Amino acid sequence: MRKFNVSSIIIRGVLLLGVAFSAFPFYWMIVTASRATTEIYSVPPKFTLGDELLNNIYTVFESTSFFQSFLNTLFIAVVSTTLILFFDSLAGYTFAKLKFKGRHTLFVILLSTMMIPGLLNIIPQFIMMDTIGWVGSYKALIIPGMVNAFGIFWIKQYAEGAIPNTLLEAAKIDGCTTFGIYWKIALPILRPSLAFLGLFTFMQSWNDYMWPLIILNDPEKFTLMLELTQLQGLYFTNYPLVITGTLLATIPILIVFFIFSKQLMSGITEGAIKE
Amino acid sequence: MEQIQDYNQISKKEKLKKWFDKITPYIFISPFYILFVVFGLFPIIFSAILAFNKWDGIGDMEFVGMQNFNRLIQDSEFWLSVYNTLIIWIIGTAPMILAALVIAFLINLKIIKYKNFYRTTMFMPYVTSVVAVTILFGLVFSSSSGLANGLLQFLGFERIDFINDPFWVKLVIASVNIWQYIGYNMIIFFTGLQRIPKDYYEAAIIDGASNYQIFSKITIPIIKPIILFVVMMSTIGGIQIFTEAQVLVPTNATAEGGSLTVVYYMYKIAFERSNYGYGATVSWGLVAIIIMFSILNWYLTTKRIKGEE
Repeated sequence: MRKFNVSSIIIRGVLLLGVAFSAFPFYWMIVTASRATTEIYSVPPKFTLGDELLNNIYTVFESTSFFQSFLNTLFIAVVSTTLILFFDSLAGYTFAKLKFKGRHTLFVILLSTMMIPGLLNIIPQFIMMDTIGWVGSYKALIIPGMVNAFGIFWIKQYAEGAIPNTLLEAAKIDGCTTFGIYWKIALPILRPSLAFLGLFTFMQSWNDYMWPLIILNDPEKFTLMLELTQLQGLYFTNYPLVITGTLLATIPILIVFFIFSKQLMSGITEGAIKE
Repeated sequence: MEQIQDYNQISKKEKLKKWFDKITPYIFISPFYILFVVFGLFPIIFSAILAFNKWDGIGDMEFVGMQNFNRLIQDSEFWLSVYNTLIIWIIGTAPMILAALVIAFLINLKIIKYKNFYRTTMFMPYVTSVVAVTILFGLVFSSSSGLANGLLQFLGFERIDFINDPFWVKLVIASVNIWQYIGYNMIIFFTGLQRIPKDYYEAAIIDGASNYQIFSKITIPIIKPIILFVVMMSTIGGIQIFTEAQVLVPTNATAEGGSLTVVYYMYKIAFERSNYGYGATVSWGLVAIIIMFSILNWYLTTKRIKGEE
């Protein structure tokens, strides 16, 4: 009995250490954002909250185009997510439920495109964008990524099990068009799988860095992540200000996470384990 | 006469409708293939051509044959970036996967309550942006005013120049990676563990197996495919590391070259020095490395599985 107790204490200790390891940087972010520059140089470091948070937030909004880049990012993420959800679900539904010649071959081709490392594309894609005049434009961020193989695969897997064929046949007999069946019948049934795909896409778009860094050259059009690195360069001696920006950029995605954490976690494990 | 014409028209309409029904599925899936050809396939072919050319993006392309590849093999900066990437991957990935596995195993134990609390808090870092996390870690490990150095000083140690030291900067980059992905991998392991039938454990406990024996003799062998999946994904992700290095040491990737990763090097060659041809060659070099690792991975794992059976 005693041995059991000792080991259970150790086990809980290890787990709490893991929680602390994961949560501490968030806490430290808030601590730094709530202090003045002079305070964070102190030895030993102060672990409690300061009272400069509102001041710092005010300064970030006042002295940088942080809010503008926030809106830019929101716009890009919402448009990208909407387009991906539409095109992926349309194709995923088609692969799962419609019969046509070459269906299998086309799907295998689609899956094999996922194996191509994306970094091969970066340089030639930039040159293409430069040639057609899309450098500096959101088109370059949104259009190449508005439909992807992973999402189609994801929706197809779900649609196969979730949409009953009899329902589709009934709708067809009633004179519904093929697109109408997808829009009115399939789409509502697909909602749970769309929720994960949408969350995941939104998150990726919100956090994306390398491609916007290469494509965007006008500070007016910068995304949040570019604005953050901009802040870092501008205020490298005023860390609380930089971290306040970082905190503000992180909060929205954390809110989304707390609302949908279950869908996100189960979606990610399904993708990893079912394949 | 009129009636026949009508009939013909109807059948024409019918035919058109049938034909339209037939091509509808192809229309529905076409966006992917069109986009893939334009923004996926074409760039790859273009990239292959670029690798044999010298081009600054303004003048004409100049065919140079194997020159870029010969240069790549002799390019000490490229090999330094390969070395850096591998070191970051080794000090980051191996301990992370091990820790994620142990934590998942512990949370899955019967005596642990609030499993959801542990899972959710540890998964949280995964959703945050690499840029934000790197900026924060850059501050924590800052040479002048960081928390890490503050603590070191308080405890009576010497300060460490984390960002400018070629070894320590790799550890900082790796720690960003560990922090972000430990919970993600843990969740994947945890789900795998939950699918192991409970009877296996009960039988082992009745037979008097210790926790360690249960872990190494039952858990590990059963979830081996998931371990392989995680290792593969972490390898592919780890080899393409860029943002952490670029945000941490933005102006030049020096720190005596300590934070120069392969993708960072490609980025510098192409977008800072406008040498698109050689940049493409570097990206092909990186792909060759990824393929090599995949084959090695595959070889090691199939061999190990054969050896056991």
